[in-house]
Amino acid sequence: MKKLFSIIILILFSQFQVLYVAAGTDGQLEISNKKDTSEVRDCFESVNRGIFAFNQGLDKAIFKPLAKGYRKLPQPVRSGTSNALSNLGNLVTIPNNILQGQVKDASINSLRLVINSTLGIGGIFDVASYYGLQKLDKEDYGQTLGTWGFGEGCYFVLPVLGPTTVRDSIGSLANVAGGDAWYNVTVANNTQYFNEADYYFSRLLSGIDFRAKNLESFDSLESTSIDLYASIRSLYLQDRLRKIKNIDEATETMNDDDWEEID
Amino acid sequence: MEKLKLVFVILFLILLNNKSIAKDPSELINGIVNEASLVLKSSDPVESKIIKLNDIAERSVDISGIGMYALGKHKKTMSEDQKIKYKKLFKSYFLKSFSSRLVDYTDPKINVISQKKINDKYTIVNSILEATSKRPKVKIDWRIYTKNPDKPLIRDLIVEGLSLARTQKEEFNSVIQNNDGDLDALFKTLEEFLIK
Repeated sequence: MKKLFSIIILILFSQFQVLYVAAGTDGQLEISNKKDTSEVRDCFESVNRGIFAFNQGLDKAIFKPLAKGYRKLPQPVRSGTSNALSNLGNLVTIPNNILQGQVKDASINSLRLVINSTLGIGGIFDVASYYGLQKLDKEDYGQTLGTWGFGEGCYFVLPVLGPTTVRDSIGSLANVAGGDAWYNVTVANNTQYFNEADYYFSRLLSGIDFRAKNLESFDSLESTSIDLYASIRSLYLQDRLRKIKNIDEATETMNDDDWEEID
Repeated sequence: MEKLKLVFVILFLILLNNKSIAKDPSELINGIVNEASLVLKSSDPVESKIIKLNDIAERSVDISGIGMYALGKHKKTMSEDQKIKYKKLFKSYFLKSFSSRLVDYTDPKINVISQKKINDKYTIVNSILEATSKRPKVKIDWRIYTKNPDKPLIRDLIVEGLSLARTQKEEFNSVIQNNDGDLDALFKTLEEFLIK
């Protein structure tokens, strides 16, 4: 039971960062893939909508107030937290860089991890950027599966965990199957330095940090949307597609034929 | 003779005024960003800011084109009456959501960094919304419709790779599909949004 709970908590926070897809990243983008995100099937839509409403309530009651409180912390504290969490994220990004054949990115991220963990005092300071090693996009096992050609499968919404697809859920499970070194040294193997609480706290903090960065954009989306569920679904699928394609330069995000029809 | 000269001068001035000068898409974005920034920075009341922002949008955004795009496949089944009603509704919906999104910003700093021509009809302008203490920097790309080079128009905003036009299209499609393909259900939803 404890293990099941742990897995649920784990997936929750590994999904958290893709829930609020309007967040900023440093990467550039370019989507050359012509696949239409609306082609992804929404399995059990009516059930999904009910779960989505439940999650919205949870967000309003718990996560949004926490994010607002976090926002009140001094900027250097938030930056340091964000940097340290991002540094930990490299433990998942690096193996996925390798699995996707991104040798150069894997090297840069490894150097960043070493420099920031030591000179940057546990990742609080992004010293690596001063040495010209700029932060790269995050990678996860769901993206790796996508890169390998696995389709999304059904889109669905999980209670608490939020929007996902079959592929992304399988990818999230890879973290608990040994794919995340941070999980391995905290939860899977109890060491004298870390314990489970460290892991879950880091995941919770990561979610709150992300939510805090997107308070306004999510409020804006909520107030202007006529079907918020459909908007979130569209944004989630577009975001995953963009990340899987590892886009570098902005050109287009959709099939131009869509626009041709109105000319 | 003097009168004839005067006529020629007037004609020349009219022709000069009408001379087509192709407008650079980046200039369009820089222009509207600066204009919007002045409005948002001003001490005008919110209502006045909204009117001015809507005026900028009406001049620089292809609202009608975005509206048709957002309808997707459903535009083919529309009657002429429905089309007229929809265009009117969409314009009001667009302007309301556009201004309410912007009016909360006091002084957004957007820097145009580059542009890339996709084809004769479209150019993508790349820009960065600078970071504040509350949020990180945001990458915004603008899809500019350049079929008429004298009057380029914005057709989409791509925020961190997420297309707002596509999101709108999938949102409208969802409303229509969940009402058995009934376009009037979309109209009703838009009307409800407008009176909110």
